Amino acid sequence: MSTPLLAVGELHGVFKSLHELLVSLGLPQPWQSVVMYAALGVTVFGVLSLLALFLVWWERKIAGHIQQRFGPMRVGWHGWYQTVMDALKLLQKEDVRIDTRDRVVFFWAPVVCFVAAFLAYVVMPFGNGLIVADLNIGILYVMAVTTFTVISLLMAGWGSNNKYALLGGMRSAAQVVSYEVPMVVSLLAVILYVGSLSMVDIVESQSGWFNWFIFRVPFGPIAFVTYTISAVAEANRTPFDIPEAEQELVAGYNIEYSGMKFAMFFLAEFVNMFTVSAIATTVFLGGWNGPWLPSWLWFLGKTLFMVFLLMLFRWTYPRLRVDQLMEFAWKFLVPVTFANLILAGIVKHLGWGWWE
Amino acid sequence: MTRLRTEEFLVNMGPHHPSTHGVCRLILTMDGEKVIAIEPVIGYLHRAIEKICENRTYPMCTPLMDRFEYVTAMAADHVYALAVEKLAGLEVPERAEYLRVIMVELNRIASHLIFWGVTAMDIGAYTPFLYGLREREDIVDLFEMTCGQRLTYNYIRIGGVSQDIPPEFVPQCRAFIKKMWSKFSDYEGLLNENPIWLARTKGIGVLKPETAIAYGASGPVLRASGVKYDVRRDDPYSVYDKFDFDIPTQKSGDSYDRFIQRIDEIKESLKIIEQALDNLPEGDIRAKLKPKFKPPEGEVYSRIESARGEMGCYVRSDGTVKPVRVKLRGSSFNHLMLMPIVGVDCLIADLVAIFATMDIIMPEVDR
Repeated sequence: MSTPLLAVGELHGVFKSLHELLVSLGLPQPWQSVVMYAALGVTVFGVLSLLALFLVWWERKIAGHIQQRFGPMRVGWHGWYQTVMDALKLLQKEDVRIDTRDRVVFFWAPVVCFVAAFLAYVVMPFGNGLIVADLNIGILYVMAVTTFTVISLLMAGWGSNNKYALLGGMRSAAQVVSYEVPMVVSLLAVILYVGSLSMVDIVESQSGWFNWFIFRVPFGPIAFVTYTISAVAEANRTPFDIPEAEQELVAGYNIEYSGMKFAMFFLAEFVNMFTVSAIATTVFLGGWNGPWLPSWLWFLGKTLFMVFLLMLFRWTYPRLRVDQLMEFAWKFLVPVTFANLILAGIVKHLGWGWWE
Repeated sequence: MTRLRTEEFLVNMGPHHPSTHGVCRLILTMDGEKVIAIEPVIGYLHRAIEKICENRTYPMCTPLMDRFEYVTAMAADHVYALAVEKLAGLEVPERAEYLRVIMVELNRIASHLIFWGVTAMDIGAYTPFLYGLREREDIVDLFEMTCGQRLTYNYIRIGGVSQDIPPEFVPQCRAFIKKMWSKFSDYEGLLNENPIWLARTKGIGVLKPETAIAYGASGPVLRASGVKYDVRRDDPYSVYDKFDFDIPTQKSGDSYDRFIQRIDEIKESLKIIEQALDNLPEGDIRAKLKPKFKPPEGEVYSRIESARGEMGCYVRSDGTVKPVRVKLRGSSFNHLMLMPIVGVDCLIADLVAIFATMDIIMPEVDR
């Protein structure tokens, strides 16, 4: 186990001095790494939590302007710390625990949800060299851990002992498992082309003008569109928000949760949205690649653009029905993505790409 | 190995549920997501309006009518006023009749705009709700300018209306009509051709015309099934026979048709208001009532076309200052009783769509 020093790029200086401090304190080697990873974890976690708070505010602002109103305006300039106050309010709220709940499952569901939401960021390349761990199976790892969320939703649905919550949990299980298939297969087209599962390799293969996978006609844009559709479903957002369809299931899986437990589900939803957008950025939009600006700014800008796209969907479209949702995944997306995978293979094998 | 057994289970949808538009309770027998049987339970909003009327004088009953149907309170005022006027043989001044028509049609538009937004919201599109309320706001401003109220107007009184319109009403109303005509392209662009919207509403909750007639459905629900019946045309009251307007109908009677039907009706209402504003006569706005208003002994039934369908009012008098019996007919009751027929064998999401397009409001059911 090596110290993750070289991986932190522009934060290099800060972590280097922390490392020197640990060495001068005479800490033995395994503990040095533990402290370094913990410091990195806290940094990533802190940044993402702040980002999630920002996203909540941003979504409310976007929703407001789409609906010809202002959104939050009262606390701070254009209500910028509205979500901070909301989080404080939720902290003070009574944690209502119904008697008929399944105690263990009910308690752990929000924790699992919250933790699972952050796991993917271990391998996320935030900028050139700004990555916690460049695993050689990076994207496979991301796909694996993002699916943890569905376990937590099922746990919440089951543990609440509420019929609406159970319906919501079952719906989310069916939906996320179904959309996982087209999502992974559309990413596979890119992985096949790059020939590596490492997130850094994928980004580096897209350096240069118009070398992003979204510009690599024909398979790139198709994979991007199918991925984006599946990603919306993955993040449980309109038009695929049936697990928490307010008008049908009241609130779905989180109906019995209150206070901070609810806030954990809520924040996790926004972190998930950022995760799927970050994956889209890394795989299709060239990751940190871009001229003039620092690499992390490019990554952030592109990801926020993807998030904005998801928000536009949410405030424009009606919701699909549960069976239509399944049909769309299995009868349309899965065949299209598999055909696209074959297309990517052919393009690579024959070297047809104009970017070669 | 034993086979997995699945069970039907009961879900209480309501009385507190986001898409029951009030305090309606539907007991659903469900097989997974599929609705097998529906039993509506009513009475959560029962306020004994009819009984209270028996202890009040005739003019004192009008404010109660606003509470009977608060989404189109003008229509409720109107049907009661028509009944009592018929009973007492009162002649209503022509200007008052025109004002009534303008107000009731404006209120119909307001109600359909709420319907438009709420239905979209029930099917998961949040934004149209705000768009619908934005246009409704202009109508409510017109009402506020006229009678000071924004929801329960108490404007249409026995013998006429409570007060004349202010001078700025007519130009502002014309401006609203112009604006409303320009908004239909927005409305149609947002939902009418959206593939998700079509998948969610086309062929869902088909109401056959014979079922609709058998259950006493009326208004947009009946017309969406293809039956051309409108009280304004088939049994004209007030001055509706002087206006030129169409009765739009649809063919298949599914949720989509019920949705489109209301948008078509907004257009017809706009035409009526335009004509009424053009031909608005001068004169009195209320017939003279005696201080102690006592209609002669007898009974009477009046009916009008409200935004939801046929609204009726039965009044029986024994010649005193108080009615002996007031009975109201709200079409929402009939439409709610259609739910066990139309809403079964579909998914819970469809049930929400069907319930929304029936445009049921609970005070009209419970009274």
